[in-house]
Amino acid sequence: MNTLEISNLCKDYGDFRLDKVSFDLPQGYVMGLIGPNGAGKTTIIKIIMNLVMKQEGQVKLFGKDHREYEVAVKKRIGFVYDTPGYYQHLNLRQLKNVVSPFYENWDEAVFERLVDHFNLPLNKTLKKFSKGMGMKASIALAMSHHADFLIMDEPTSGLDPVIRREVLEFFREFMQREDRSILFSSHITTDIEQVADYITYIRGGRVIFSKTKDEVFEEYALVKGGNDLLDYDTRSALLGVRSGAYGFEGLTHNVNEARAVFGDSAVYDRATLEDIMFFTGQKSKTVL
Amino acid sequence: MTVSLTFETSSFSIAIQYRYLERMKIIISNASSEPIYEQIGRQIKAQIISGELKEGDGLPSIRKLAKELHISVITTKRAYEELEKEGFIDTVGGKGTFVAIQNKELLREKRMKSVEDMMSDTVTEAKKLDISYDELREMLSILYDSNDE
Repeated sequence: MNTLEISNLCKDYGDFRLDKVSFDLPQGYVMGLIGPNGAGKTTIIKIIMNLVMKQEGQVKLFGKDHREYEVAVKKRIGFVYDTPGYYQHLNLRQLKNVVSPFYENWDEAVFERLVDHFNLPLNKTLKKFSKGMGMKASIALAMSHHADFLIMDEPTSGLDPVIRREVLEFFREFMQREDRSILFSSHITTDIEQVADYITYIRGGRVIFSKTKDEVFEEYALVKGGNDLLDYDTRSALLGVRSGAYGFEGLTHNVNEARAVFGDSAVYDRATLEDIMFFTGQKSKTVL
Repeated sequence: MTVSLTFETSSFSIAIQYRYLERMKIIISNASSEPIYEQIGRQIKAQIISGELKEGDGLPSIRKLAKELHISVITTKRAYEELEKEGFIDTVGGKGTFVAIQNKELLREKRMKSVEDMMSDTVTEAKKLDISYDELREMLSILYDSNDE
């Protein structure tokens, strides 16, 4: 069963458009949405949550149309906003009292456990919260109604490494049950490398790929070698090249093919998501 | 980066006969070119062949293992599937994954094979150093005797 199915999603803003975005997230897995700023990650998430209207295409949550069954499907979703900017004058207890009546499955005991787990103060006004506390508070508020699908836009951006790890560990704990799923966007690619089962790479409103993390790292690799190995033909075997005084570094999405082209004198390294984003996003040369 | 950890499986409340798995050790290296699922499979297999993991020992669930090792559920699932295909482990629906009842003959054969592999490496290395068969046999004989318990 797929928790999320997106097919042929289109949205035209004039200067930016989502172009036939399609991907699926099977139940029981974590999907990371990566892409540079302005790639369309937030727009996709907002369309899933029906906060932005799509123009074409279909979104299904738990097998049901996300608009036709909006109330039913949203009960099962925990949604964490980019920045918890609302009701800054309230403290967490007061904000909880505002939020909880919207959910018929609200579970006070779960909320208390999460507040305790994250060491959150209930009586401090939210404007005095650090960014990390704010994010943890948002997660606690989003997770106290027995949601089995967690959707988050940039949950780890702006957090220090210690809190980021704590949040990622919470995701892992949440995923101990196989009927749950997570979709989160991030440009902190290492966070996605750490917890995602599936990676969907969005760039310029299009899906570059959507596949398992293992597939991504088995296919993509960095090729490094002397500049003498680079010519017009070999260059075309690479998705992007950075050539320096002492050698070049390039990205391939088919390591076996690259080996056939560059042979044993080149070095083949594991590519990180950051490498993949960098080399696939290279603009044509000479900026200055 | 190398992540090393040791963990204990939680005890189940079902009344079937098996030993609790006290300690299982898996070390994942992200620097290695060996895929992670193979690293897991190889280490579990080695522990079964060496007898550290015994028949009926419970293995952690794929989700637990993924959480502990900070890797994808898809990776641990693949590692378990390979081990199951090779007959090292069994998955019992709703109960968990266990070290399979090993065919004693087969297990001995597998262990013999691993001795053979190591010897083959030894021979390769010895030949590189121009060590003669007699010298090698001499070395082996000394090692064999000194290792008597």
